[in-house]
Formats: sequence, C-alpha cells, structure tokens
Amino acid sequence: MSAIYQLKLYITGQTPRSRRAIENLYQTCQEMLNGRYDLTIIDVLEHPELAEEEKILATPTLIKVTPPPLRRIIGDLSDTEKVFIGLDLQINSVFPLPKGTLKDE
Amino acid sequence: MSKNTTAPIIKLKTGIPGFDDITNGGLPQGRTTLISGTAGSAKTVFAVQFLSAGIEKSGEPGVFVTFEESPNDIRQNMVSFGWDIQKWEDEGLWAFVDASPQLAEDTIFAGSYDLGALLARIEHAVHKTGAKRVAVDSLGAIFTQLTEYISVRSELFRIASALKKMGVTAVLTAERVQEYGEIARYGVEEFVADNVIILRNALEDEKRRRTIEILKFRGTAHQKGEFPFTIMPGSGIAIIPLSAIELKQSSSDIRITSGNAELDKMCGGGFFRDSIILVSGATGTGKTLTVTEFIAGGAAIGERCLLFAFEESREQLFRNATGWGVDFRKMEEEGTLKLICRYPEVAGPEDHLINMKTEIERFAPNRVAVDSLSALERVATVRGFREFVIGLTSFIKHKETAGLFTSTTPSLMGGTSVTEAHISTVTDSIIMLRYVEMYGEMRRGLTVLKMRGSMHDKEIREFTIDGRGMHIGKAFKNITGILVGNPVSIPPNEMDRISTLFQDQQGR
Repeated sequence: MSAIYQLKLYITGQTPRSRRAIENLYQTCQEMLNGRYDLTIIDVLEHPELAEEEKILATPTLIKVTPPPLRRIIGDLSDTEKVFIGLDLQINSVFPLPKGTLKDE
Repeated sequence: MSKNTTAPIIKLKTGIPGFDDITNGGLPQGRTTLISGTAGSAKTVFAVQFLSAGIEKSGEPGVFVTFEESPNDIRQNMVSFGWDIQKWEDEGLWAFVDASPQLAEDTIFAGSYDLGALLARIEHAVHKTGAKRVAVDSLGAIFTQLTEYISVRSELFRIASALKKMGVTAVLTAERVQEYGEIARYGVEEFVADNVIILRNALEDEKRRRTIEILKFRGTAHQKGEFPFTIMPGSGIAIIPLSAIELKQSSSDIRITSGNAELDKMCGGGFFRDSIILVSGATGTGKTLTVTEFIAGGAAIGERCLLFAFEESREQLFRNATGWGVDFRKMEEEGTLKLICRYPEVAGPEDHLINMKTEIERFAPNRVAVDSLSALERVATVRGFREFVIGLTSFIKHKETAGLFTSTTPSLMGGTSVTEAHISTVTDSIIMLRYVEMYGEMRRGLTVLKMRGSMHDKEIREFTIDGRGMHIGKAFKNITGILVGNPVSIPPNEMDRISTLFQDQQGR
C-alpha cells in the first residue's frame, strides 16, 4: 500500500475536456491515493516533442508510469470504474462510490 | 459574393513518373487527396514516393504519418526502391510521426477524447522540417486502434482541415475491400478529402494488372479512366500516361534506307526517318532478316541502332546475322549497335515498356527494332498489350526515331495476328512477307501494303534469301490469292484476257 503512483497526464490546451480530465483525476487521487502520488500535467500544444517521445495519439491520455505495469488510460477519465481498473485500485477497498459521482455535470 | 477571394487551383508537380501527365500537372496544392486501394495495391509505396520524389526532385521536405507499419519497417522496405529515408531524416528533410500500434502497452479507454495530440505532433513535425508534403498511411488503421467514445468521422475531418490550414499538400491512404465497389472500407474516408484516387491490382486472365484512376479532382481537370502502372525495383511507381500522349510528333520528308536497295525502291525511296514500320509474316518468312538488314543499313552510315530481341538469344542472333553477311559483334564493338535480349516472361508488359523506354533514353538510337512484338502478347492481356504497343510507338515517334517491329502471323499461309489488329493503325508502313506455294514448291513473297505519305510499289514480289541477304525479284504475275493464303495460279491466256477486259469495254 505504500507504493508511490507516478502519473503523467497529457492534455491539449485548456479545453473543457482537458479540465474535466484534470478534475476527475484529482478527485480520484484525493480519495484513493491519500497523497501517495506524483502527477505531471503536460500540455502537448506547448510541448509536442514530449507527445512525440511517448507517441501520444489521443488526448487526454493518462500514463501510469509506476507502479508497474505501465498503462495508458485514454479519455477524460469520466468512466470511474475503468479508471480504477487502469490504476489497479480496488473499488470496494474503501467504500463503493455511487455510479456517476465523478462524471462531469 | 466572394468573387475576388477564389484563387485558381495551383497544381504541385509530384515527380512521380507519369502521374503529373494524367493529373494535368500534379496534385492540387494545399489540398488533401485520398489514395484508396485494396491490400497490396501499392498505397504505401505511393505515399512514400510522393514524399521521396518531393525531396529528390524539388527539394521539398516531407512528413510521414504512419498508423500501420512502424517507421523502422518502412525505412527497411523502401531501401529496395533506392530511397534512403534514414539519411533524409538525418538531414532534416523527412520526419516520421509514429502512430503505429504499440503492442507492448496496455491501453484502457475511460471517457471521451480526441486526436488533439496527434494533430499537435503532425504540426510540430511540419514546422520542424518546413514540410510542403504530408503523407498519412493509412486512415483505416485509426479505426482499429481507436474504438470507444469517439466519432472517427469528425476526427478525420479535423485532421483533414488541420492539414489544409498548415498549407501542406497531403495524401491520405485508405483500404478498400473490393477492386470495384465502395471507395473505402468505412464509407467516410472519401468525404474528408478534396480529391480521390484509386489504385487497383486486378487479376485478369491470370495476369496481374495495376492501374490508377483519378476519381475526383475537386474543381480542376484531369485525365479520365484507368491508367496502367508498374512498380520498378530501384525507382518505384511509374505510370503509363496513355491518353495524355499528344499527337504532335513532327513529321519529316527525310528518307532512310531499309538496308535493302530493292526494298527502298519498292517504298518509293526508303522509309521515312520518323516512321514506324511493321513487318508481318509467318515463322521463317524472313522477318529477322529484314530487321538485320535494317540495322546493317543504319550502322553502315554510322547510325546508332538498338535491337530488342524477345525470341532469340544473342548468340543465335549473331549466328543468323553472320549467315546473311552481317557482323553484329563488330557493330557492337564500334558502338553502332546495342542488342538487348530479354525473355518476354520475365516481366509484365508495363515493366517491359518502362525498361525499353529507359534503354532508348540511354542509348539515344537513330533506329529501334523489336523482334518480335508478338512474343510479348504471351505475357499481356489484350488490353495490356494494346497499351504497350501504343505506349511504345508514341514514345519512339516522339523521339523522331525510326522503328521497325516484327509480328508473327499464327498460320503459315496468309492470315493476320492479334498484333497487327492493334498496331496497324499506329504504324506508318506495313510490309508483308508471305509463303507462296507454286507447283509443289514453297516460295517467298513480299509486298508493301501501306506506306503513309508516299507512293509505293503495289506488286507482290518474289524474293530469295542467300548468304548475302534478301534479294527481291519479279512480281508473281500469274498467281492470285497470296495474301489470303490461298494462292491459285491462273493460266497466262486467262491473265491476258482479264487485263484487257476493261480496255475492250472502254474501246467500244
């Protein structure tokens, strides 16, 4: 449980979709990771070379660098269940979230 | 309303051989063109060649966006065409945007997204290299990589309009399922591009035939229909622009010798310098001899002659020529003759045509002979052969070179070959060699059937062959039906009666 999550979120500018992804990610991290995470947000419009390096195709894309396995989660992270699966989090380990809690309104 | 804002469409010369002819000048500049084709129709080769021709021929850098093959695979596969992509990358003339599937990575979809990152990468690569040309290969592969939460159609529109905004000329490739049917697999690809080009690789009579067709060129003219093309090792796609060939060869009155003084006389003083002559006859009637004399006649006055032989080997040709008193070996040493022997089956008609054109360009001959055209019939479809003949004759005429082709008739006596049916209208002169059966003996007859722009002997003359070549003698006077292959001898008194028949009537 002490593993530090190293996360990279790639977005394209300040679009509503980018903002949604950031909000959804922060909420998940706050609730599930208790500060045990290191998040870098990369705007590919400013740093296209970083997107090239990681061969990012779609935005938003979240890359879980550690703990292994390396995983990509594509989308605005509104599908909480999928985000949990992507981050290897047990949904029922804390308390079950009502469906749609983290989705944007 | 916007009367002054519309600029005429400028075309970008692609540098792909033949392509700029069938497109009336190239691809519309600053627009997107869809290249659609089935698997194996050379879409990727076309896309790569679009960029490499830009670099090699006009110094224009390019960006290649790959959704399917990895950049490494593309670099390797294209080496055989002589395109050193790695070198161009090092020189900053070529940049890859690698969007090929990364199999090692685990991907999960969790909400809506768009292809903003890809666009940012393409834009970055275009700015970095100063690219004028962009190739995207292939659109269909995006669909397989991205499935959930996305409208691929609207994303394709975004890519297409972003490319336009960058001011680059772009080709996008797309998969088709059938050679004739839907333009592309997902039914939306054709709407995102301004222009649509289709590559085909159809099987016809057990022979593969590649063609290219321009289906749509928004707001600008192009040649219509399918054009054959081939893929040459070492140089890539070469299109044969048949309908774009212009009938503007200049014509000259200068006569050249056929290599045989008696035949020259029959032709009214020799062949015209820029004419195409067809020699037709059954096997063994003396076609190769006519070719040999044609070449010897040219070489004797220092003209350069190029002979394409599809039926016999070099040694056989040397031996034949020696038998008629002509020394091919010496002529080759002196540089007046170049002999190219190829087995027809080694390549398709398009490849032969491109190869022959290259040889003609390189050797710059005054005379070209092909022995025989009919041998190439074996490797071509009827349509493919016709295109080959037209392509070759127009090229030779354009060079103002004399061309002598032979054609073998399938039956010993009389008859015509398929070759003649295709070629007779594009030739300027036709010489027929025929067997004539007389009193239990085979003799040979020759006639000049057609001689454009000149008077000629209309008789069917007997000729003999000996160690010094062909000797044309007197006309067959009392025989009729030679050309149809049914010679019938007429008694002399009957001949006299017929020839005086009309005089008698006039006299009355």
